[in-house]
Amino acid sequence: MDAIFLQILNGLDKGSAYALIALGLTLIFGTLGVVNFAHGALFMLGSFCAVTLNKILNLSVETIDPTKTDFLGNPLKVKTPYVQAWFGDDFGAAIIDWGVPLAILFTIPVMIGIGFIMERGLIKHFYKRPHADQILVTFGLAIVLQELIKYFFGANPIPTPAPDAFKGSFDFGAMLGMDPNVIIYPYWRLIYFGFAAVIIGAVFAFLQFTTFGMVVRAGMADRETVGLLGINIDKRFTIMFGIAAAVAGLAGVMYGPINSPNYHMGMDFLVLSFVVVVVGGMGSLPGAVLAGFLLGILESFASMTQVIDLIPGINQIIIYVVAIIILLTRPRGLMGRKGVMED
Amino acid sequence: MSKTNMTRRGVLKTGAVAGAGVALPTIFTASSAAAYMNEPTGGSVTLGFNVPQTGPYADEGADELRAYELAVEHLNGGGDGGMMNTFSSKALKGNGILGKKVEYVSGDTQTKSDAARASAKSMIEKDGAIMITGGSSSGVAIAVQGLCQEAGVIFMAGLTHSNDTTGKDKKANGFRHFFNAYMSGAALAPVLAARYGKDRKAYHLTADYTWGWTQEESIKAATEALGWTTVNTVKTPLSQTDFSSYITPVLQTDADVLILNHYGGNMVNSLTNAVQFGLREKQVNGKNFEIVVPLFSRLMARGAGENIKGILGSTNWHWSLQDEGSKAFVKSFGTKYGFPPSQAAHTVYCQTLLYADAAERAGTFNPCGIGEALEGFEFDGLGNGKTLYRADDHQCFKDVLVVKGKENPTSEFDILEVVEVTPVEQVTYAPDHPMFAGGNLGTCNPG
Amino acid sequence: MFGLDKKDSTLLLIVAVLTMFAPFILNPFPEGSALAQFNAGYPDLMQRFVIFGIFAIGFNILFGLTGYLSFGHAAFLGVGSYAAVWMFKLLSMNVIPAIFLAIVVSGLFALLIGFISLRRSGIYFSILTLAFAQMMFALAYSVLTPITNGETGLQLTLNDPRVLGQSATADGSIPVTSLFGMEMRQTFQLDMGAWLFQFNVGYYFSAVIMLIAFFIAIRIFRSPFGMMLRAVKSNQQRVNYTGLNARPYTLAAFVISGMYAGLAGGLLASMDPLAGAERMQWTASGEVVLMTILGGAGTLIGPVLGAGFIKYFENIFSKINDNVLHEWFAFLPDGLENFVVFVMHPFIGKGWNLTLGILFMLVVIFLPGGLVEGGQRIAKLFRKGKAKDSAKPTTKPAE
Repeated sequence: MDAIFLQILNGLDKGSAYALIALGLTLIFGTLGVVNFAHGALFMLGSFCAVTLNKILNLSVETIDPTKTDFLGNPLKVKTPYVQAWFGDDFGAAIIDWGVPLAILFTIPVMIGIGFIMERGLIKHFYKRPHADQILVTFGLAIVLQELIKYFFGANPIPTPAPDAFKGSFDFGAMLGMDPNVIIYPYWRLIYFGFAAVIIGAVFAFLQFTTFGMVVRAGMADRETVGLLGINIDKRFTIMFGIAAAVAGLAGVMYGPINSPNYHMGMDFLVLSFVVVVVGGMGSLPGAVLAGFLLGILESFASMTQVIDLIPGINQIIIYVVAIIILLTRPRGLMGRKGVMED
Repeated sequence: MSKTNMTRRGVLKTGAVAGAGVALPTIFTASSAAAYMNEPTGGSVTLGFNVPQTGPYADEGADELRAYELAVEHLNGGGDGGMMNTFSSKALKGNGILGKKVEYVSGDTQTKSDAARASAKSMIEKDGAIMITGGSSSGVAIAVQGLCQEAGVIFMAGLTHSNDTTGKDKKANGFRHFFNAYMSGAALAPVLAARYGKDRKAYHLTADYTWGWTQEESIKAATEALGWTTVNTVKTPLSQTDFSSYITPVLQTDADVLILNHYGGNMVNSLTNAVQFGLREKQVNGKNFEIVVPLFSRLMARGAGENIKGILGSTNWHWSLQDEGSKAFVKSFGTKYGFPPSQAAHTVYCQTLLYADAAERAGTFNPCGIGEALEGFEFDGLGNGKTLYRADDHQCFKDVLVVKGKENPTSEFDILEVVEVTPVEQVTYAPDHPMFAGGNLGTCNPG
Repeated sequence: MFGLDKKDSTLLLIVAVLTMFAPFILNPFPEGSALAQFNAGYPDLMQRFVIFGIFAIGFNILFGLTGYLSFGHAAFLGVGSYAAVWMFKLLSMNVIPAIFLAIVVSGLFALLIGFISLRRSGIYFSILTLAFAQMMFALAYSVLTPITNGETGLQLTLNDPRVLGQSATADGSIPVTSLFGMEMRQTFQLDMGAWLFQFNVGYYFSAVIMLIAFFIAIRIFRSPFGMMLRAVKSNQQRVNYTGLNARPYTLAAFVISGMYAGLAGGLLASMDPLAGAERMQWTASGEVVLMTILGGAGTLIGPVLGAGFIKYFENIFSKINDNVLHEWFAFLPDGLENFVVFVMHPFIGKGWNLTLGILFMLVVIFLPGGLVEGGQRIAKLFRKGKAKDSAKPTTKPAE
């Protein structure tokens, strides 16, 4: 029972990342009709926003400490971050410690900016081109983006820890009067889930309750008519691309403390997020979110020893098995519309 | 063939003549006049450095390449000579190998056996490389070793830790300096028993591929021999990034040690996740819960940040060693590049020197001659103490380091501290040990 | 010629001449010169050019004609490789039975996967094929290791039975792949002044097979069956309304292209007897999609060009290092030399992926029809002076 409860939490947590990426992917596909293979790269860029901010905060003055030596036997250079030099040791250290939450503020404008540049500079010219061309050009872009990150940050993962205040775990067991330390869950993962829920809620509310959102939804349904009504739908679509990029970026920033970011994390998520989008049904936002959580939870259950003993190797392939079953029983995924991307 | 009349028609004509007269059937590119594959005829000799330059191990590959460049510099008499001065064999004179200037070509393995073989083949067929070396994973090393055996060149393995490289997949033309999974287990187990007690219950998470399995088998056997019990062994997919669903079940058992048979990105993520779930603070059976990482890579361990502190593992070599060889190597590497070398850099530097030295002593580049010179070769001064290249399986036997994540690092390189240097006797095994059985060196192939 | 019209015959002839003289054409720079780095005329790479050419031609029969974008085609290549290596392990080192089995086995897999996947179209079809291929990759890497040898890849050993051949040669090594005694790795060398040309048996064997595969592809493109497939691409509904069931046709195309992939896999294993699981990974499937689109989907020659383009980059650019750059620019003054090397550094060696990514984007942005369109534009430039009604470009897109 405990095990199942924990695996549901794990699944929700994994599902949060899948759902956020799939949501952005679907926003872009639904509004612009573009298959964006660079979406994983946007997730990765978000993560590296946190890394960059960390680097900036850790820019240091170097002083030489003659009492110690470095590995070559020269006097050791001691580095003191500028923020510590300026704001005092404690406050400076606290700023560095809170690097990841601070990075959220930094990421949103950066990612929206990247989204705008991408849409205006590249994607715009591909609206009328076949999906295959869109895939190729965005895939090329994804490679370029990840290679640039590799060039500047190296190939190894870079630690971006959560603030000390959020280290440690929440003890569900103790809360319910059971043995402590049996049903525990790390704070940051709980925060990630909550954060994802807020973002998803915000995107839906934005589309549902604002005039802007209404126009965009109308544009998703029938772009031509909206255009005929004299509404500049292109500008709104650009903004939607920016929002989708920001959602992917935020998913990336918050993911940093869970797993140290590396340059190929975008590609790792890319295929998976496409499976999620398609299982959810092309163009359906609720479908993408639902499929994200569903696949996350199923993946978690498949990795339980009892399940693996029953079906060896199931943990390797569960996502794909589920995708095949769903696509064969529900032709357009869980909530897909007819005629979208079917030819 | 004379070089006259290179008009199009002329080329065709000479081509026809040559086709009839000069073209001879040869294997790969070794011309029949040569005694062996890619025999160097000019004033230089070409070595092939085949390392991962793209993909998750690219940084390790880059460090290997740095060490190769340093080794080539030293062999050609440049720089401060590095470990050539401390190496017990004095055959190398700093005038290249056998008087020939050392040149090199580099390639990208992409950490894929297919791409690695393609890259190695192009070095052999196109660039005339006489020796191939490098690699940062066992699958690639085994695949390239097989290729070199068929092609008739020497393969000096880089970072490969699986038992199979010098076990069931050993080859006469292949040599490994790096230690292996069995040695990790044999070195680590006594330290674990001494520090954590003999009545521990271990839970294994294992990367689901060849290296992971041999690592799990080795450490399991070594710890069980000392009284530990194994609660469970769980295989995790190589492509896994989030290990939470494999770690929460650990909480439900009465295991008090978690052994992570993971390497590279897998290791960084599984360790980070394990610490996130509070395993380090956990108390089980009245004991502190412990995490063990059998194979450490300092470069990769940096990605795990603070989580590495206090974690025990093993490594082939570490820059903080204080013997003359290590000091000389760290000095020349550090002076040239500004940071200390990794274990991958160390092992490939040694392999290059060992190859050059063997050629020098054998007086030939013929793979069979070099093989003979390396088999049973005993040396010292390359950083791991007295070392033997065993003739039976072409595995190096040397001291193994047990290391621990450092509590108070003074720099970004200062991540591990050496806990114990396990003497070579303790990690030596019989050539027909069951974990290494089933292979056959075959005979050396000069092409 | 062979039932082809004049234009197609010319094309086939051109391809035949190009492949037969490839050892010369790909080795334009003399040995030891600075530009020798760009030579591609060595056996391994030439083999890869034609083998991946076959793979891409086969993929194009499905994608170019029917418009069905399979994202799991590498699975068939992988299955073909495994089948061939098993044949070398169990039967003999002759490549014919190995390639035959590779085609049959991958055809069976294609039949099964195609039968299920073709129930859906568009991106749903793509994801189904992707899912099957990823499943096969993941299992081959882990659970199926007894059959596939997992991470290391399936290799030959001295202990293999090889009932019709020998387990080991007299001198104790593993026998090599051959065609009735002609060893695949045998290379004839031709020293011509500063040039060294290599004529490899394996390459010519693969090249002949590619020509046959190319010929069959032309016949399929021009046949009523090909017309039918194009009808499916332009409007499947209309096809259905005319009372025709499109499924058998698309399935046939899927199986044929799967068999092409298996043939390529079998050939890869024949040239180098190793079959690795990563041949089936999604990146490998993506690669053949890129090859086809980059070269020009739906054209006859495009996929072959695309395959050559990508393999060339993978093998040549990854091997350029700073050392080589310094050699090239040694004639420049020191400061300038270092600057040039510094500027080029991110794009070569470990940066070859970056260069490839940039080139992908440039080709897609400026040449919507792929490399074939580039060729046509160049041809048009040359033809401007000549009569307007001169022969059409050698190839044209399917639509």
